[in-house]
Amino acid sequence: MSYHLETADKPEQLRRVAIDPVSRVEGHGKVTLLMDEANKVQQVRLHIVEFRGFEKFIQGRPYWEVPVMVQRLCGICPVSHHLAASKAMDVIVGVNCLTPTAEKIRRLMHYGQMLQSHALHFFHLCSPDLLFGFDSDVGKRNIVGVAEKYPETARRGVLIRKFGQEVIRMTAGKRIHGTGSIPGGVNKSLSIEERDQLLKDVYQIVGWSRDAVHMARELHETDPSTYNSFGIFSSHFMSLIGKSGEMDFYDGKLRARDEQGNIFFDAVPPADYEKYIQEEVKAWSYMKFPFFKSLGKEHGWYKVGPLARVQNCNSIPSPLADAERREFIDYAGGLPMHAALAYHWTRMIEMLHAAETIKDLLHDPDILGHDLLLSGERKAEGVGMIEAPRGTLIHHYGVDENDLVTMCNLIVSTTHNNQAMNEAIRHVARRYLYGREVTEGLLNHIEVAIRAYDPCLSCATHALGKMPLTVELRDCEGRLLHALSRDA
Amino acid sequence: MPAPFVVLACGNPSRGDDALGPLLLARLDRYLACAGRAGCYELIEDFQFQVEHALDLQHRTGVLFIDASESAAAPFELCPLRPDPSPSHSTHAISPGAVLSVYERIAGEAPPPAWLLSVRGNSYELGEGLSEPARRHLEAAWLALERFCQTHFVRPVV
Repeated sequence: MSYHLETADKPEQLRRVAIDPVSRVEGHGKVTLLMDEANKVQQVRLHIVEFRGFEKFIQGRPYWEVPVMVQRLCGICPVSHHLAASKAMDVIVGVNCLTPTAEKIRRLMHYGQMLQSHALHFFHLCSPDLLFGFDSDVGKRNIVGVAEKYPETARRGVLIRKFGQEVIRMTAGKRIHGTGSIPGGVNKSLSIEERDQLLKDVYQIVGWSRDAVHMARELHETDPSTYNSFGIFSSHFMSLIGKSGEMDFYDGKLRARDEQGNIFFDAVPPADYEKYIQEEVKAWSYMKFPFFKSLGKEHGWYKVGPLARVQNCNSIPSPLADAERREFIDYAGGLPMHAALAYHWTRMIEMLHAAETIKDLLHDPDILGHDLLLSGERKAEGVGMIEAPRGTLIHHYGVDENDLVTMCNLIVSTTHNNQAMNEAIRHVARRYLYGREVTEGLLNHIEVAIRAYDPCLSCATHALGKMPLTVELRDCEGRLLHALSRDA
Repeated sequence: MPAPFVVLACGNPSRGDDALGPLLLARLDRYLACAGRAGCYELIEDFQFQVEHALDLQHRTGVLFIDASESAAAPFELCPLRPDPSPSHSTHAISPGAVLSVYERIAGEAPPPAWLLSVRGNSYELGEGLSEPARRHLEAAWLALERFCQTHFVRPVV
């Protein structure tokens, strides 16, 4: 199966532009554009050039080690892996329902993760593009530029992120490599002192999060022609949904909607995901391409993450965020919003929901309880699913009679969005690059589209000097015509 | 009051030579405990340096960043660090100099004196241990770190 602009007819005759690796996108991503002599784009691909071998890293380990070990798969969202693995291992140890304290402590940890991740993405990674413009001076288009021109915005971004990290530290036991969540429950609850320390700041965090939603909304309203159409394409959506159709980041069943907003499937238990989702391998990328089985490869791909979740649920179970959700739905005019930059607006609605949920949980006496752990009849296979900051995260394990992991399948959020990200950059290439000389500002449009999805291409390796950005222009015979490079 | 001196090390212990920072920090932790100076230093480990680390610099007399590096001269480089306002292009991590720069902007004052210990690493694959060259670099860097702590001896604030 090949999509428009995925594969050119005669690639050997085309000029090659490579963005390698994609700057400000974690991991080893690379965008290549093949252009003909008239600068018309003929092929656009987002490649993943690093094979990660996650499954091999996990297989052979005792199951109880897995929730801790998986945090090392990704230094960006370790809590998401920690909790998804814990949920899968709950099934392995025969626990279908946690104690109230255990479930609420895990939720607190997870909503802390959502808060800090969304704050980092919006304030640090994307606000430079959004506040200064996609093709503004590259020297300004970074967080330092934001801090200079919008000092309060930058400060709030840091403090919201820090608050989320504190929630994680208190629930997981440590700032990183947390051990708080274990198969069957948790190993600690909150002390009164810890709770009170978080309560002291949470109201301020809720207020700032609400301001951030309004800031994202104002950006859309200020420039609707760009925001409502940049990187736009129709697709299905998918996310976990709570029992009453509400947004739930921690638990639920799968729901998908089509591009018109009609429910396509609903109430699918996580353990049945393989009946609905299949993954395609393409020769030009290490990242797989998931799709809904019943629709096939051509039509079955979908989006996950904030834009999907906000439009997939019936409501958000916190009042301020739900009011913002309704405003967003009204703005979209009754049909689903598919524009890539709407991810930012919906991400901020989710950040507000995370802040409100943390506030509510801090007032719940169960988080101070001591009934932490359950056990049951041992099982051989378990699926754990959560809504991570970037979208649905699936952990699936098989464990043998010696308690060792024999099978491991992970489908991470960015993989779900693989085809969507490719479609977004093809749309941008058609609209902004077609027939024009390629400039740094134009290439940044490609990156803006990718960053809207907040991809995490998995990389906790961050060694200094390891992530330069190189842009190469090559002629049809592969000769290097021009190169730009800047260090990370 | 926080400890007067903060040491921030980052890296992923399961990614080959990326473990250099956490390994040095663990060794420093033991050394400071034996020397009875644990209260003088706060040691912080993370996967990568981030904007919120700027908040860890408040009320300090000094800060040392430790990280693996692909570009540092082997076995290591240890040098003073200044705020770096130049653009960063990595998504979810920023350079130690950028952490100082964020501090300047959110605190409205100069950051505390800072140093960067960059230890040369070569291989960063998931599931790998330290490479042979990195083991040697670790030992050399440790001697330098020990000397650094003796030079920058600090007492807890009372």
